Amino acid sequence: MSLHSATAPLPLTPLTSATTRSTLDIARIRAEFPILRRKVHDKPLVYLDNAASVQKPKAVIDAISECYTGYYANIHRGVHLLSERSTLAYEGTREKVRAFLNAASTQEIIFTRNATESINLVASSFGSDFKPGDEVVITGMEHHSNIVPWQLLCQRTGATLKVAPFTETGELILEEYERLLDSGRVKLAAFVHISNALGTVNPVKRMTELAHARGIPVLIDGAQSVPHLAVDVQALDCDFYAFSSHKVYGPSGVGVLYGKKALLQAMPPYQGGGDMISVVTFEKTEYADLPNKFEAGTPNIADVIGLGVALDWLTAIGLDQVAAHEHALLEHATRQLREIPGLRIMGTARDKAALVAFTLQGAHPHDIGTILDREGVAIRAGHHCAQPVMQHYGVPATARASFAVYNTHDEIDALIKALWKVKEMFEL
Amino acid sequence: MSDLRDLYQEVIMDHNKRPRNFRIIPQPTHHADGLNPLCGDRISVYLDVKDGVIQDISFQGAGCAISSASASLMTEALKGKPVSEVEYLVDAFHTVVTNDGECPKNLGKLNVLAGVRDYPSRVKCATLAWHAVRAALEQHKDPVATE
Repeated sequence: MSLHSATAPLPLTPLTSATTRSTLDIARIRAEFPILRRKVHDKPLVYLDNAASVQKPKAVIDAISECYTGYYANIHRGVHLLSERSTLAYEGTREKVRAFLNAASTQEIIFTRNATESINLVASSFGSDFKPGDEVVITGMEHHSNIVPWQLLCQRTGATLKVAPFTETGELILEEYERLLDSGRVKLAAFVHISNALGTVNPVKRMTELAHARGIPVLIDGAQSVPHLAVDVQALDCDFYAFSSHKVYGPSGVGVLYGKKALLQAMPPYQGGGDMISVVTFEKTEYADLPNKFEAGTPNIADVIGLGVALDWLTAIGLDQVAAHEHALLEHATRQLREIPGLRIMGTARDKAALVAFTLQGAHPHDIGTILDREGVAIRAGHHCAQPVMQHYGVPATARASFAVYNTHDEIDALIKALWKVKEMFEL
Repeated sequence: MSDLRDLYQEVIMDHNKRPRNFRIIPQPTHHADGLNPLCGDRISVYLDVKDGVIQDISFQGAGCAISSASASLMTEALKGKPVSEVEYLVDAFHTVVTNDGECPKNLGKLNVLAGVRDYPSRVKCATLAWHAVRAALEQHKDPVATE
């Protein structure tokens, strides 16, 4: 089945991240998402909260059901057919993730609960020998998931957290980042690929080079980037890369940590238990090889398998096509939002992806969210787990519309129409 | 938009645009901050209590229409009331916005916030200032959160 239509390419103005023109048949893609057929408050669902979590294609939903109805058993243990089949599907996903990120080896792919746990794993394990005076550098536009684990680590070890600032438009100040790296005490730089609060695409390759030039390893929080642009961890040369399944059309409850083999091998285990050992006596335990060393206990088998199907699905569409379509949506939305008086867009970086955050003079984001919901339009209102970003702009919260491959130009128009209703309601 | 009007009633829109008692009491006998971690909204309430009666009450802070109007209406409702009645009123108001019990009588204008009960995600907005008042009277030093 082809998801590309030969006719009617979508209009697209050139943007830095999108170099191709989308030829996707969006109607056909939408048909694969059962939930998109439902109504909300008697209006067609317009789902624009994709940065929080995306909806799932039928292939993914079916794969989970097939696992439980057809061949489910625990993995890595049984000699029986079901266990072998489950193990094959589970480990098959590891290979799919490896290929998706272009990692060198499946030993470098660790399954976790979510991107947050992936980052916590690195903070706990890689950070276990940090000492007072050591430093961790992050940016001012991190999600709480890439702030709090480092704060906890700093509290435990006496290390210090350093924050590279960003500009009014939402772009990292590279010189400041570089200056922080120059202290000679930095043990790790951890930064977000695409900001969930601003949409900024950070120059992660350059940021990695700058850190590596000083012998500093890097962790990239890729939760927002993997659904929108192709990631090649070898080309980036990053040391760790974290993402969540639920943002990349897979089920919730699964995350991925990519780590360079040499680093992972040298790191102590994150959690202890079954599946991460080779020999246990009451005196001493020998740990299993990678990646099992970091996967204690029975994992989320069916959902990992679901992630594999999601990655196949996304790869079949092609991330360059996805990026092109989403950039067209972003352009369309930005252009119309700018015409609404009193509306202020937070995050106007040159390189931006798939979301737009804004405030509306006289109407709180929560009220915007409630009124839009009654029009069937689902957006996020709040601090987006990035309170420091809100503080930067001096607002308690923003409204955020975020896009996925199944969104249409008509849905953007529905968003704009609903925003005019907010103005009407609040007499703005 | 008729059902939305059940939530955003005229009284609420009015109190949102022109909040009453929106100021700081310079030397309050009681003061507390209420924080809604869900949206980052923060409301400060100030009370001047003499002889067991709320002589003056005010609030400041940024919030949505529901939390601002609720705080504004609350200051009107509590001014002049004996402290001993506050606990009852806080509970009664909670019932109004959640409808998990019989609707209390004589809350007057506060009943305009009853529409919130159809919007479960907004109940915390409506109760923020009330949590703060209770905390102020209990002399909490840290901001109280709605969750």
